Amino acid sequence: MSGFWSIYVIVLVLVTVVGSLWLLQALSTKQVDESEGQSTTKHVWDKDLEEFDNPLPRWWLILFWLTVAYSVGYLVVYPGMGSFAGVAGWSQTGQYDEEIASANKRYGDIYGAFSDVALADLSSDPEAVQLGRNLFQNNCVTCHGSDGRGARGFPNLTDSAWLYGGSPEQIEASISNGRNGVMPALGAVLGDDGLNDVVAHVLSLSGSGAANENGALKFGQMCAACHGADGTGNQLLGAPSLKDDAWLYGGTEVDIKDTLMQGRMNSMPPQRGTLTPDQIRTLVAYVLSMGN
Amino acid sequence: MKHDTLEKNAGLLGVLIVIAVSLGGLAEIVPLMFDSDVVEPAEGVKPYTALQLEGRDIFIREGCYNCHSQMIRPFRDETERYGPYSLAGESVYDHPFQFGSKRTGPDLARVGERYSDEWHRLHLMNPRDLVPESNMPGYPWLAENTLDSDLTPVKMERLRMVGVPYTDMQIAGASAATENKTEMDALIAYLQGLGISSKGRR
Repeated sequence: MSGFWSIYVIVLVLVTVVGSLWLLQALSTKQVDESEGQSTTKHVWDKDLEEFDNPLPRWWLILFWLTVAYSVGYLVVYPGMGSFAGVAGWSQTGQYDEEIASANKRYGDIYGAFSDVALADLSSDPEAVQLGRNLFQNNCVTCHGSDGRGARGFPNLTDSAWLYGGSPEQIEASISNGRNGVMPALGAVLGDDGLNDVVAHVLSLSGSGAANENGALKFGQMCAACHGADGTGNQLLGAPSLKDDAWLYGGTEVDIKDTLMQGRMNSMPPQRGTLTPDQIRTLVAYVLSMGN
Repeated sequence: MKHDTLEKNAGLLGVLIVIAVSLGGLAEIVPLMFDSDVVEPAEGVKPYTALQLEGRDIFIREGCYNCHSQMIRPFRDETERYGPYSLAGESVYDHPFQFGSKRTGPDLARVGERYSDEWHRLHLMNPRDLVPESNMPGYPWLAENTLDSDLTPVKMERLRMVGVPYTDMQIAGASAATENKTEMDALIAYLQGLGISSKGRR
């Protein structure tokens, strides 16, 4: 706060405090002279209804004086007089930073206890799994569901199918750095007939349909680069295996056709800015434990 | 001054009441209007793009602020869940600001880039498809309505009049940026931009 605004605020604060004092003083000095009877406000209603002009009750007045005294003490201890920070040195951000520092120490120790344990062993540690479960419920359930079974377009974490790999290190990388999944739209390139043929071939890969020669040919040209010639997928690219019964966007003929026509695009946001590395490790433990 | 005088001159009484009640505001509000932390944009804060601006208007039209605040207070329980606490300088281009005052749903001040575009699209169509426990209504019509792109440059010009530094080039390109976009596209663009200037601050 610049010098001018500091003085401006100080003046206003003083005007308010002094004004309150003056008002109290002005209202509390009036004494009642018992010998002359009690004075009235001189207002008369309905011919004889008058109003006493009594001084303020003493107990009430004392309370008021105390509030003024309190404000003076407050202005000495806490910020209030312009840029004067108060003798206690309190500030909103200071209190927040203290709160964070003590919480970081407390929870850092709890999560830190697992930082030396190998990731693969962590999933059999019930305490680490419990911590991971809590973090999962707070950070992951909006997409992956409170039971971890995901939703259409959001991977199920309880099965054995992994888009980007199910090893502890791969899961850690997925959570920490996020993932971007892109399947291009192929509707225009394949045309109506090509589309139906490729769908038939894809269905046959998981054993639910007859082989389609033209579809297999087109698959080799358009799809094999990511999904592999035999359709087992590629975890480096996040291209799913088409041979199992796990389908991110549905495995019916209509769903697969839709996926081919308009493509799919989705991402897992990186969590490393939100969670500490130790917290992510306990999450990995929980995710691994779900699959077991 | 006599009590009588005050009581019998309503005008004078009125003036003195105004002075008495404005003291607090004069001390607490007026200096902020000249404080650079409050009136200058925080680091990395940019005016909304044309599409985000249209999304902001959808946010207001649909009353999202009735259930979603955009103001993270400096308490650990809030920053732990939502991200770094909000700064005054992050709202300088908000006319009106969207602080909100009620959280039936979560705070949205830092929702940008927390979920994928696809997540937002599905969630706005029917929240329960993704979060079975959700009591947020679905907004499927947003995907059907297209924006009136003729209005976008007008809105930007009006905002420029109240101090948002849009360039002539931005305004000239505004219609093209919102043409044939759905209200859903705009709202998602707006949501994905919320609070991302604080990335890395914690």
